[in-house]
Amino acid sequence: MLPVLEVSGLTTVFQTRSGLVRAVQDVSFSVNPGETLAIVGESGCGKTMTALSLMRLIPSPPGRITGGTVKLDGIDLLALDDAGMRRMRGSQIAMIFQEPMTALNPLFTVGRQIAEMISLHEGISRRSANSRAVEMLQHVRIPAPERRAREYPHQMSGGMRQRAMIAMALACKPKVLIADEPTTALDVTIQAQVLDLIDDLRKELGTAVVLITHDLGVVAEVADRMIVMYAGRKVEEGTTQNLFAAPSHPYLQGLMASIPKFGAQEGARLKEIPGIVPPLNNLPPGCAFAPRCPAAIGPCTETRPPLEMKRQGHAAACWVA
Amino acid sequence: MREALYYARRYPLGVAGALILIAFVVTAVFANVIAPYDPLTTNARFSLAPPSRHFLIGADMMGRDMLSRMIHGARISLAVALGATCIGSGLGAILGLTSGYIGGWFDLIVQRIAEIMQALPLLVMALVITASLGPSLVNTIIAIAIPLIPNVARVIRANVLSLRELNYVEAARAVGMRGRRIALVHVFPNTIAPLIVLATAQLGSTILTEASLSFLGLGVPEPYPSWGRMLSDSAAEYLRSAPWLVIFPGVAISLVVFGANLFGDALRDILDPRQGD
Amino acid sequence: MTMLLDVKDLRKTFPGHTGLFGNVLDRVHAVDGISFSIGEGRTLGLVGESGCGKSTVGRALLRLIEPSSGSILFQGNDITHLPERELRALRRRMQIVFQDPYSSLNPRQRAGDIVAEPLKVHGIAAAAERRVLTEALFARVGLTARQMALYPHQFSGGQRQRISIARALSLGPRFIVADEPVSALDVSVQAQVINLLMDLQVQDGLSYLFISHNLAVVEHVSHDVAVMYLGRIVEYTDKATIFAQPLHPYTKALMAAVPVADPAVRRDKKHVMGDVPSPINRPPGCHFHPRCPIARPQCLRDEPVLREIQPGHRVACHLV
Repeated sequence: MLPVLEVSGLTTVFQTRSGLVRAVQDVSFSVNPGETLAIVGESGCGKTMTALSLMRLIPSPPGRITGGTVKLDGIDLLALDDAGMRRMRGSQIAMIFQEPMTALNPLFTVGRQIAEMISLHEGISRRSANSRAVEMLQHVRIPAPERRAREYPHQMSGGMRQRAMIAMALACKPKVLIADEPTTALDVTIQAQVLDLIDDLRKELGTAVVLITHDLGVVAEVADRMIVMYAGRKVEEGTTQNLFAAPSHPYLQGLMASIPKFGAQEGARLKEIPGIVPPLNNLPPGCAFAPRCPAAIGPCTETRPPLEMKRQGHAAACWVA
Repeated sequence: MREALYYARRYPLGVAGALILIAFVVTAVFANVIAPYDPLTTNARFSLAPPSRHFLIGADMMGRDMLSRMIHGARISLAVALGATCIGSGLGAILGLTSGYIGGWFDLIVQRIAEIMQALPLLVMALVITASLGPSLVNTIIAIAIPLIPNVARVIRANVLSLRELNYVEAARAVGMRGRRIALVHVFPNTIAPLIVLATAQLGSTILTEASLSFLGLGVPEPYPSWGRMLSDSAAEYLRSAPWLVIFPGVAISLVVFGANLFGDALRDILDPRQGD
Repeated sequence: MTMLLDVKDLRKTFPGHTGLFGNVLDRVHAVDGISFSIGEGRTLGLVGESGCGKSTVGRALLRLIEPSSGSILFQGNDITHLPERELRALRRRMQIVFQDPYSSLNPRQRAGDIVAEPLKVHGIAAAAERRVLTEALFARVGLTARQMALYPHQFSGGQRQRISIARALSLGPRFIVADEPVSALDVSVQAQVINLLMDLQVQDGLSYLFISHNLAVVEHVSHDVAVMYLGRIVEYTDKATIFAQPLHPYTKALMAAVPVADPAVRRDKKHVMGDVPSPINRPPGCHFHPRCPIARPQCLRDEPVLREIQPGHRVACHLV
């Protein structure tokens, strides 16, 4: 099977008052149709910037995509002009965000926003677009969809707004859906509903999903493959099963060990990763994780380790692993 | 210093505004030194003299050197602008801070008074004040300061209302800090930045207001040179015959107000946390 | 054993919509009859989703919000309506740590001053000695004395939470309300702060009310757990029991919904439907009945009372 999305050497930088911030450095990955790829990392690792780069939504200035290709079914999105990219967004590649309240326009009804998206890309009549919008709302399991379509975002709960945003994103059946922390702002019970919804729709429509998250539990539940990012670079990649069973990179090992798990020993201490994420405008030489790494050896602080296959279907950028 | 240069590069218009204001202030402060002649000395012989080597931008109908009058006029405008802005913003800030922090009926009453003040037209108020107190420099400053108070009070009050809910204010209460102390130590220092921006923004409008009042004869009285009054004295009769009497004061007013606005805008953008990277 | 903190039937209502003349049209019953107790050196984990009232409970305990009714006994003193003057002395023994590291610290104060301020307010120690005490506090939370001169924006989120904790410790409290203290932090930093809080508890014999929506964290830090839904406690027992044997349908739904960091564990997809209702328009009877898989007609009529089903295990459900 050929991947529907192929990212190669993506590099994005920001010019700020404190210097040049290398938000995304030489990131490459691919996603097959109908597959869920998770991009995992903490704040400052570059995962959201990667997502925005794929959609070419990087605020410019001060940001700039300085290198790489993003091929959607063979077409390089970075090489398109503005009009070409606009045609792609929504119809071929779509994105949903963490905070649905700011992603939906408060001045228009939900139905209108979805219908607008549809008629923009498919040129059908307003009436057809409206009924398609109601269909989509039903598809995302919103009860009484005709009534809801006439409501404004502030009249809906957080979970419902998130579903409306999913409806808008998938209305034109894009090939790739990027979900940037879609459930982080939701309550636990609602989170489960929304995750299942995304997963079911993915199977039904054959959409490839790129899921950005910091929650390893979410990754374990829905992702087929995952990449781990740290300080702007990809440091580990592989199937979810392999990475959870035997994490290679000390960062992932540290992350997994630091999460409280049910049924752990009474009064046990959580394993900490000491220190903090390095500032992206002042990265240490060699491996960016070395200052915090329990397994660091000499070469780690001098030369950056390349990404290498450690096992079948499992790669990591580490001298020690 | 490096930060100042960084901002200077990103906000060239703000720098332009700042330079205009600096020139304005320097002129006002060193008026006695810079001005070639005494602005008040009249000499009928030189009445309406056009620009020449002696009178660089001409003389007015009473033979007074325009350049010297312009330079001293800057001093008057600056005095009025600074005085009115300081008094107006200062009182407005105190009112906004207390009414926002204390709340309750005190807040309700202060708000209604502020609304009434805002409803009165500026010129009517100025007329009432100068009519009852007599025209003078000080009264002009008071007349211009008064409408500023409710504007500043509202903005500061809104700011205080949101600051009051912040966690660190709650933490101070949890420690047992008294209300007055919290207002002084935690709330007020965080209103200074918006206050400065507001005051700078008002600067331009106070200069314009003084010019308007003086133009109408309600502001700074004779013999103080005021740009506004220089305009009113000459605009009707001498526009064709001695245009230098009208052009220079008009341009000066526009330039300074423009500079104040540019600088105020840039300052507001810089201090707005959401503009950060 | 007398409890450090004993709360009985705590209630707090807020005015909802107000009419034209300020008359109250409806009320938000944020906290609707909560009772619990916390012993010395123990942690009560308070769990619930948004709108359940857990944050209001935390603030009411410290009298940052005035309770509408009920009683709060702290070290045997009834502090429910104590006037501020007398409350002040007791404030030294109960403190709070907030969720948001960014609004918890005054951006214009240096870190050292923030932590020393409580000492200043209560007139404890002169300036030089205050400095020494502050240095010791910084060391306890894992920060250096050099960092005392820095401003909040120069610290990371996790470090700011440490400063907040140091501030809370400065007066030597017996009880700390930790309102979602790690929810806004990165995963790897959460572990640091959780470990710090637990170490401090062991060292000082502190009691915590640990408010959180994260079940795994609550399981790790708590001795007892109370689950809240729309202003009421629906289940209340010790940690081991509630995770091994949840009885209330809502507790079960919560646990079923939490994603587990193990790809081999397949979650049962049949879980609670519907949204968390608004605290203004609460369903009659048992508030959970519209979303409950086993609801019966009785659940729509009668409000279930929190009663002891098994020793030490209280549940508010008609059908248990």
